[in-house]
Amino acid sequence: MKIAVTSTGKTIESVIDPRFGRAPFIVIVDDDCNLIEAIDNSKNVNAFRGAGIQAAKTIADRKVDLLLTGRCGPNAFTTLQAAGIKVGAEQSGTVREAVERVKRNEVPLADKPNAEAHW
Amino acid sequence: MIVAVASGKGGTGKTTVATSLVSVLGDRAQILDCDVEEPNCHILLKPTILTTDTVNLPVPSVDLEKCSLCGKCGEVCQFSAIVPIGKTVIAFPELCHGCGACSMLCPEEAIHEVPRNLGVVETGMAGPVEFVQGRIRIGEAMSPPLIRAVKTHIRGDKLAILDAPPGASCPVITTVKGSDFVIMVTEPTPFGLNDLGIAVEAIKGLGIPMGIVINRSDIGDSSVKDFCDNRDLPLLMEIPHHRKIAEGYAQGKPLIESMPEYSDKFRKLIDDVSMIFGKPSKGSSL
Ligand code: SF4
Ligand code: SF4
Repeated sequence: MKIAVTSTGKTIESVIDPRFGRAPFIVIVDDDCNLIEAIDNSKNVNAFRGAGIQAAKTIADRKVDLLLTGRCGPNAFTTLQAAGIKVGAEQSGTVREAVERVKRNEVPLADKPNAEAHW
Repeated sequence: MIVAVASGKGGTGKTTVATSLVSVLGDRAQILDCDVEEPNCHILLKPTILTTDTVNLPVPSVDLEKCSLCGKCGEVCQFSAIVPIGKTVIAFPELCHGCGACSMLCPEEAIHEVPRNLGVVETGMAGPVEFVQGRIRIGEAMSPPLIRAVKTHIRGDKLAILDAPPGASCPVITTVKGSDFVIMVTEPTPFGLNDLGIAVEAIKGLGIPMGIVINRSDIGDSSVKDFCDNRDLPLLMEIPHHRKIAEGYAQGKPLIESMPEYSDKFRKLIDDVSMIFGKPSKGSSL
């Protein structure tokens, strides 16, 4: 399973950035929290609109199965659903801590967006 | 001549100035309320509306039976309004700017355009003054195409006064673009000055001459005047705070009705603007 985590930095010890579309990095790891890739999301950070949609597309292209983030707006959520990517929202702490919570089955999967549009 | 009346922020008296200008000009003027989120010239001018036209934006709708998931539509769209993803293509009509690129480029002709309602353009008469206003549909966020639809009613043979939305964003630029002159209405306060500076910067980029009207000119400090001096912006008029003006406004009365002595001042304002613009307006020579 591939897991994408929105992050302030490039490593698994980086702190989670709660904003999906506008996080500076998206860190992709496997089930055992081995770093696969750290995507520089800065182009999206400055996007006027549709940042969440573009971020969703970016991780869909990498065949990610699960996204861990803080907030996810309606347009991004629709896009993630279409790509079959599950969402664990309201995550905080470091990338590693969040992935460990998934392994302990402590992350509920979101069934709806938890932020207003334009995030 | 086309004159846009703008302001850095709301509530500065922009509409008061715009409606006073057309009131002194009568049948030589038309007013176009481009503040489509909150058009309020009608409150003061009380027009009779004669026509109402719906303004639509063409947005894409995808026929997934025909779609080959080639991805071209998503690549061309600058606004993430159409997104091929997984085994489907999602359209976000509220993000679409109606450019038509996706449907044109789709190799399978899988995209056709459906109308998204943006609002209405209404025209009518306020006494001798030709009246036009746009009203955005509640919940709609994209105003520039609607503002452009309002501006198609500008006639070359009259002095067109455009009431611009407040601020310095895209709808303001859409409104003032193509104008011959911009009148900036401001209050002489630090907040007023700050927003004025931002709006002046934004409009300067269009190369349109500007002048300043200070409303409630006796309440603040001299910082706006200093700003005008520094930037070489003509100070066109000062309207002091006056109880009669405020009371009149509260009752929906135009300024020149509550203070008839202002008619001449507004006529002079138009003459000054025409002179700066470089040719006498149809509305001057009164
Ligand atoms: S019409 Fe233009 S803005 Fe709208 S979805 Fe197509 S490409 Fe994007
Ligand atoms: S361009 Fe046409 S065929 Fe290609 S993905 Fe978009 S809708 Fe489908």
